[in-house]
Amino acid sequence: MSEELKAAVAAGVVGSQGTFRSLLESVTEVARAIFGAQAASVFLLDEETDELVFEAIAGSGADTLLGHRFPSSTGIAGWVLVTRQPLVIEDVTEDPRFAKDFAETTGYIPKGLMAVPLLHEERALGVLEVLDRPQRSQFSLVEMDLLGLFANQAAIALDLLRRARHAEAVLASSGEGAEVVARLATTIESLEDEQRDAALRMLSGLEEVLRRNEGG
Amino acid sequence: MAQPDSNQEPHEELRPAWSLPAGASADLALSVEWPGEITRDWAWGGSTGKGVRVCILDSGVDAEHPLVGHVERAVAVSLTPDGEAVIADDKEGDLCGHGTACAGIVRSMAPDCDLTSVRVLGAGFTGSGDILLAGLRWAVEQGFDVVNMSLSTTKRQFAGILHELTDRAYFRRTVLVASAHNMPVESYPWRFSSVISVGSHEEQDAMAFYANPDPPVEFFARGVDVEVAWTGGARIRCTGNSFATPHMTGLCALVLGKHRDLTPFQLKSVLYLTSSNVGGGR
Repeated sequence: MSEELKAAVAAGVVGSQGTFRSLLESVTEVARAIFGAQAASVFLLDEETDELVFEAIAGSGADTLLGHRFPSSTGIAGWVLVTRQPLVIEDVTEDPRFAKDFAETTGYIPKGLMAVPLLHEERALGVLEVLDRPQRSQFSLVEMDLLGLFANQAAIALDLLRRARHAEAVLASSGEGAEVVARLATTIESLEDEQRDAALRMLSGLEEVLRRNEGG
Repeated sequence: MAQPDSNQEPHEELRPAWSLPAGASADLALSVEWPGEITRDWAWGGSTGKGVRVCILDSGVDAEHPLVGHVERAVAVSLTPDGEAVIADDKEGDLCGHGTACAGIVRSMAPDCDLTSVRVLGAGFTGSGDILLAGLRWAVEQGFDVVNMSLSTTKRQFAGILHELTDRAYFRRTVLVASAHNMPVESYPWRFSSVISVGSHEEQDAMAFYANPDPPVEFFARGVDVEVAWTGGARIRCTGNSFATPHMTGLCALVLGKHRDLTPFQLKSVLYLTSSNVGGGR
């Protein structure tokens, strides 16, 4: 049973990373299309290294930038991540430092950008940027709302990808954690109804405590 | 940085049950003589914000930018490896451009106010909540008249201490002006009633601001397509509640420049009564 369960868990995890990456790419592509923008990108916060990583890109830079990293709290994406506030900026090339930084990292200098934090529950997971939407008369708050809606989708996709990647890493390293969880599940399944309910309640409590710690 | 070890304000006079003894009501004269009607002219006519100390809690400020003018002091908050907050003079300036934008907006509204920058950005995402708290705590201890906070945190673990800090500021007559969130998430401190929370309207008039009858967002100010100062001497156009907030901060500085003794409650009342959809007209 334990082996079957492990196989089932592994089957769920293996391949899911690719699916969730496709979902994230799709959200990014739709964000680019809906705003008629030149490009859109999703940055994932790598908490281990405190860096932002290009995780999905639609449009300009898609071929070269995936996986590119930069410090998490500098520049416009950094400000958006730390403050949890969206920003829309035009004429950004007026700032020579911005232009230089962007050119060095991406080889493409946008004239304007929209940046929105990707928030899931209490966590800030990354940033969605939409580059060079067409210059209309004026940016409207309706567009800001739309950007927020897309950010929600992107945040969920990014969270799924992050979890799948973590699960895959756990399985790949044959960590004790996966083994323990599988063993625990087998034991619970063998219990009488009442005992099983009690065990599940205890595990729910444990999960809540762990989630709280995770939020820290 | 010295951490306050108690909620007790040193200058507070403790009174049993915080009550008003019989016959003492005559001593409660208001320091501001209120007219029958609060107009914009009464509220800030002739004021330039002179003598009002404004703090920009943000990404730092580029003091060389002509739209910003003189910056009294600039400090940066960082954490030691042990997690202790350190406040030191800021040698780096603005790491993003946003703080400069906010400072420039405040300066455009209240040209003679005193500006101080507290940089709470740039030390990494990890620990940024602690840095924000330490920066705000420092600003409250310094007794600024107005603190501009175009930022928020989503972490509930910080909500309690932030609430305590914003209340402390309120009772010490430090007005906190905080950006409301553009997105449907729980974040702080803008949701607390002890701060002035600000969202955006789409008009181009910097003096147009609206009281919201349906809080938690209390006021809407100019936040769309605003020309702002940016790093590198640039002027760019920006949109977001974080640019509406310094417009309200500037208005607060104007009112306090003329009526120094207003409490945050009185100031908020003046803003309500002079807002474009209440008594302010346009």
